[in-house]
Amino acid sequence: MPGPRLPHLETLAIHAGQSPDPTTGARAVPIYQSASFVFPDTETAASLFNLERAGHVYSRISNPTLAVLEERMAALEGAPAAIATASGQAALHLAIATLMGAGSHIVASSALYGGSHNILSYTLPRFGITTTFVDGRNLDAWRAAIRPNTRLLFGETVGNPGLDVLNVPAVAEIAHAAGLPLMVDATLTTPMLSRPIGQGADIVLHSATKFLSGHGVVIGGVLIDGGTFDWRLSNKFPTLTEPYAGFHNMVMAEESSVAAFALRARREGLRDFGATMAPMTAFQILQGLETLHVRMPRHVENARKIVAYLATHKAVAKVIYPELETHPDHALSKQLLPDGAGAVLSFEVNGGRAAGKTFIEKLGLFSHLANIGDAKSLVIHPASTTHFRMDADALKAAGIAEGTIRLSIGLEHADDLIEDLSRALAAAAKVAAT
Amino acid sequence: MNFLVEQQPAYAYTGGKPFDAAKPSIVFIHGAANDHSVWTFQARYFAHHGFNALAVDLPGHGRTFADAKTTIAAYSDWIVNLLDNGGIVKATMVGHSMGTLIALDAAARYPARVDKLGLLGTSVPMPVADALLDAAKHRPSEAFDMLNLWGHAPQMRIGASSIPGTSLTMSYRRLLERSRPGVLAKDLAACRAFSPGESTLESITAPTLILSGTRDMMTPPKASAAVANAITGARLVSLEMVGHAMMQEAPGRVVDELAAFLKP
Repeated sequence: MPGPRLPHLETLAIHAGQSPDPTTGARAVPIYQSASFVFPDTETAASLFNLERAGHVYSRISNPTLAVLEERMAALEGAPAAIATASGQAALHLAIATLMGAGSHIVASSALYGGSHNILSYTLPRFGITTTFVDGRNLDAWRAAIRPNTRLLFGETVGNPGLDVLNVPAVAEIAHAAGLPLMVDATLTTPMLSRPIGQGADIVLHSATKFLSGHGVVIGGVLIDGGTFDWRLSNKFPTLTEPYAGFHNMVMAEESSVAAFALRARREGLRDFGATMAPMTAFQILQGLETLHVRMPRHVENARKIVAYLATHKAVAKVIYPELETHPDHALSKQLLPDGAGAVLSFEVNGGRAAGKTFIEKLGLFSHLANIGDAKSLVIHPASTTHFRMDADALKAAGIAEGTIRLSIGLEHADDLIEDLSRALAAAAKVAAT
Repeated sequence: MNFLVEQQPAYAYTGGKPFDAAKPSIVFIHGAANDHSVWTFQARYFAHHGFNALAVDLPGHGRTFADAKTTIAAYSDWIVNLLDNGGIVKATMVGHSMGTLIALDAAARYPARVDKLGLLGTSVPMPVADALLDAAKHRPSEAFDMLNLWGHAPQMRIGASSIPGTSLTMSYRRLLERSRPGVLAKDLAACRAFSPGESTLESITAPTLILSGTRDMMTPPKASAAVANAITGARLVSLEMVGHAMMQEAPGRVVDELAAFLKP
């Protein structure tokens, strides 16, 4: 008989962080739609505020429904702690605001979600935090971009929409050699396809809006502290290693040996910036998580069929998916993403912008909208929507052409999706021929 | 804050309050390959309730960079030296797992320095399986897994944690990974080798509280009960559904029991 072991990911996705409600016996996670929680007495109230006791005070800081989601995501990522946020963007901001202040610098892959590119390029410089974007595949470029004031390296497991695969172990090594943490956005892969902390990343974030919830009904994010980075040894992060006057001179890295980052993010970031997730949202994401291990393989299976179809279609100039041998990260994808490179892919339709417009408008099953990671298949033209603020050079650096179309493959029958694509490609081909 | 112990810097977490030897002192002593952070809730509580709380990092652990000791007696000598250098005449000693052996040894050999004893998850002797010791020496990652699984009540492999947003098993795994190479094997060997004289437990006069988790697989309830039977006047409290990592699994219940015990 095998010895005791931690449960498999599939079991954690359904159960981690929850036991049946002790008061009512409710088996599903209750939605604690309450702003505050009653103190049994003044003594306990003071102890809760001062972190002498564990518990919930006010839902901006913590909430029992969110706590289930947070513990479940921590378990799935193999991490000590997680924080649910109002959106993926809120998770990104919370991470940066926790680690650094004005005068700091970030090195990021240029292959980023457009929203992440916006905050790093345009918004954070106004607060004194600048970013150097590098070709994520060029390890020398990562190294060269690090400055004395750099505080973070950042990339996506699979960079949307160019589908660049981040070499997490190699970039982590570069970060750690410089005494810096690596943060990875793992939205496109989820813990079912990639667990970046085990590959060397220190912080992971997700837009839970996408595959984690999986049904396109909520906006949410999760920030995960891998507990792997030694803030004291690095000596570059006073927010974690020096007394914090905003919380009775608490030194986060002394208070928590393995989750100082999450401690500060919750006690300062959620308290002060307040980008907290709503309990109902956490409940809906938990519903999604319970089937994540079933959905992701089906997403990947469908995506592979669509890729195979598009790759041989005459109306298609190019298909971008890491599992294709033509993709620059093909080998890396096999190494780091053996269970699949996700269900988002890009392709270029012949005939440029006009053919692309016709293609999108002729689709029936695919929904034209700005999202990914839904049970429904989705389509968008990044150059005119998600990445419209990027200039031509930035678009090129992110692997986006004028005619690039991004698909997020859902859970419909693949044959029906292919039939839909076939009709739209035929119409696009007519436009291209004129 | 840092102290000087045996001529080398030694770290102790003071629970968010300044060190004050004029107050009644409590020394919290962690287990094998752990550090002060396992006591965060308890140290903070007592530091803010009239006590001088010191959750130490034993040598070779956490922020105390002196070499780890190889015997329980050497650790208890180190604790007493910490009291000497901190100007503390007498302290309550609260230990967990290996820390209980250190506290017991200190109480037996330095009775004038130990006010009260709190033993959380104890066993005398403290057997360590050959498989665990061998893994700790040669395959530490495997040993960390064993300690993590046996160190929590079975239901904690799923949760739910009482600490919002925290996975207790993943936190503990990461804490063990942070221990310095070889320290776990040294600590486990010290636990296994600890062999108090027959009269050691019987000789202890300090008022003693023993907390035992009913689902503790590392130091099972019957082992804690045997220690309670051997120490005159010792009080045994069972924590239902709690495993070995009781300070994290049931932080509030541990605080409540210690507070009742230490009430002046």
